[in-house]
Amino acid sequence: MDVFFAVLQVATLALILTLLYRPLGDYMARIYTSSKDLKAERGFYRVIGVDSRVEQTWQSYLRGVLAFSVVGLLFVYLLQRIQAVLPYSLGLPAVPEGLSFNTAASFVANTNWQSYSPDVTMGYTVQIAGLAVQNFVSAAVGIAIAIALVRGFTRRESTTIGNFWVDLTRGILRLLLPLSMVGAVVLLVGGVIQNFNGFTEITTLSGGLQNLPGGPVASQEVIKNLGTNGGGFFNANASHPFENPNAWTSLFQNVLMLMIPFSLPRTFGRMVGNHKQGYAILAVMGTIFVASLTFLTLFELNGAGTAPELAGGAMEGKEQRFGIFASTLFGSTSTLTSTGAVNSMHDSYTSLGGMMPMLNMMLGEVAPGGVGSGLYGMLVLAIIAVFVGGLLVGRTPEYLGKKIGPKEIKLASLYILVTPTIVLLGTALSFAIPAVRADVESTSIWNPGIHGLSEVLYAFTSAANNNGSAFAGLTANTPWFNTALGVAMLLGRFIPIVLVLALAGSLAAQDKVPATAGTLPTHRPQFVGLLIGVTIIITALTYFPVLALGPLAEGLQ
Amino acid sequence: MSSSRSGIPHYWVALRAMLVLTVVLGVAYPLIITGIGQLALPAQANGSTETVDGGTVGSALIGQSSSDADGNPLPEWFQPRPSAAGEGYDGGASSGSNYGPENTDLIAAIEERKAQIAEFNSVNPDDIPVDALTASASGLDPHISPEYALLQVKRIAAERNLAVEDVRALVESHIQARELGYLGEPTVNVLQLNIALKALKA
Repeated sequence: MDVFFAVLQVATLALILTLLYRPLGDYMARIYTSSKDLKAERGFYRVIGVDSRVEQTWQSYLRGVLAFSVVGLLFVYLLQRIQAVLPYSLGLPAVPEGLSFNTAASFVANTNWQSYSPDVTMGYTVQIAGLAVQNFVSAAVGIAIAIALVRGFTRRESTTIGNFWVDLTRGILRLLLPLSMVGAVVLLVGGVIQNFNGFTEITTLSGGLQNLPGGPVASQEVIKNLGTNGGGFFNANASHPFENPNAWTSLFQNVLMLMIPFSLPRTFGRMVGNHKQGYAILAVMGTIFVASLTFLTLFELNGAGTAPELAGGAMEGKEQRFGIFASTLFGSTSTLTSTGAVNSMHDSYTSLGGMMPMLNMMLGEVAPGGVGSGLYGMLVLAIIAVFVGGLLVGRTPEYLGKKIGPKEIKLASLYILVTPTIVLLGTALSFAIPAVRADVESTSIWNPGIHGLSEVLYAFTSAANNNGSAFAGLTANTPWFNTALGVAMLLGRFIPIVLVLALAGSLAAQDKVPATAGTLPTHRPQFVGLLIGVTIIITALTYFPVLALGPLAEGLQ
Repeated sequence: MSSSRSGIPHYWVALRAMLVLTVVLGVAYPLIITGIGQLALPAQANGSTETVDGGTVGSALIGQSSSDADGNPLPEWFQPRPSAAGEGYDGGASSGSNYGPENTDLIAAIEERKAQIAEFNSVNPDDIPVDALTASASGLDPHISPEYALLQVKRIAAERNLAVEDVRALVESHIQARELGYLGEPTVNVLQLNIALKALKA
């Protein structure tokens, strides 16, 4: 019976996403291909000094992305440093330097790793004017990069790939802001709070005292999910009843996290002029999603481990209103996208269950991945897949009419090496530098033994892949983690962006080659299988050894 | 090629864009949502509070302790789940325990809870449902399972000199089915149940 409810829940989600796929995907394609500016946009371009008709080379596009992100980084940093004098700061002091850097890097990089507990660190002004603004703009940047890459496939002998400022503006004004306005009202109906009340002390029914928090939560909760950001208004994130009051708001938040990433393949298919190419990408994403969700749910239902077996189930760190199914669905969605929000505590999952969110992130967050980043990550893997396919049959690989030459393969290879390098290096350094190791073991690690290694591995996996979820027992507000994870988030976000834009420029500059009998069709089940295989094998070979030291060792002991 | 008119540097464009976007997304947008919430949905926007005799006693969404000053559970109230938020149900410190499945502190805590709840309610330790033995994710879980609520009926009835049947009927009337019939799990809202309990006459 329970399994029936679980299947029905996933079926509802799938139905909603299916209904959204065409209209939302086509709408996004129109946003980024339209030659007309809205009136508000024209005003905005005038104020910031941009000519929307002028396109950019990939280098110029990249400079725009980086300039905008550096300004955002400084802005969020400064806001935190002057918190004491900002209005609605709840009497909270300035955020310390190291933590301010980490948080600024985190929100600009669309990661939303939180070394801090928001309840006692961030006032309302920093949350709405600093963090939530980055929730919008970092998401719009991600989609812009994906669109730029798709333009690389659609253009012939072109020196330009679009205009970053136009893509950024349209993503915000035509997509994220209107959807957020609607979504925020839906969340309000469900019981998510939206006020500036601060803490209210009340006398409980049995005569005790309790502080009830306030805050502009609904406006932030919606874009946190829609933009696959994940940073909670409260420490408990989407398990906090004021962020996620009931089972249907939880399902709605799943929809918010998945609607853009799962509809972008349609946008891609429309822009390259072949919807079947979009369906192939969608099939890869959907297959991996369902498989991963199934494994996590089975592990948690099984409830292996000393504590879950003693308690009679894996309910430590889970809310009664969600139970196991709504928790594993949210956890899978959150880590298969780049969101990193949680409605249950991943640190308390069963050993093998806790491995699944890690594995989801290690896949590179491509099923369906973050807004934009999921699509460009998957397209890079598709390039690797046609290359592998080309090697097997001895043909020059092509994808969507573009030759995949040495330059493209070098860029794609570098792309898939970046995050594993950061993850493994960061984890290794945490234990290899004696002074750091002492600090990590005495201050940061919460659970002793093997699980402690998993906490550190999870942290770097989450940071480098720009997810932001955590094995949250880890105390990350230390000089080492604030610095190392901050750097990991920035490198994990912006090195891949550099490579993807370079790839876009290189592809756009090529002419198209006609498909021949020797061309590997990239819209058939055969290619879907190949791409799934490439995605999993790359991850498995890279991460198996370290997983064997962490969650696998704990789960099999 | 520059994207900007008359070669304005990217940083200058970025700075101006960030300022305008902060005003739109960081000030206007949250204020509009706050306005909608306060005007159209004030009960939800302000935290779904519950009142008794005109005084606010809590939020329907936020669990609360029913313990004495030393942290001992008060037998005359339905007890919530264990909480890792501060000293328990601290509304300013939402948190799970974050204990892993093999953590010896967690194993000891579950054993202790099992013994305490069994004695407190005079029941067999094996009959205690899992939600009663485990801390929630938020530490503010307002709900318990129907099983855990029913398990507390006898104790409450004895403590308040009420008929067991009346208390059981009260619990059963407070069982909330899954949302839309299939989402999430069945729940009992502890604060709402305790408010109704307070009004129940022998």
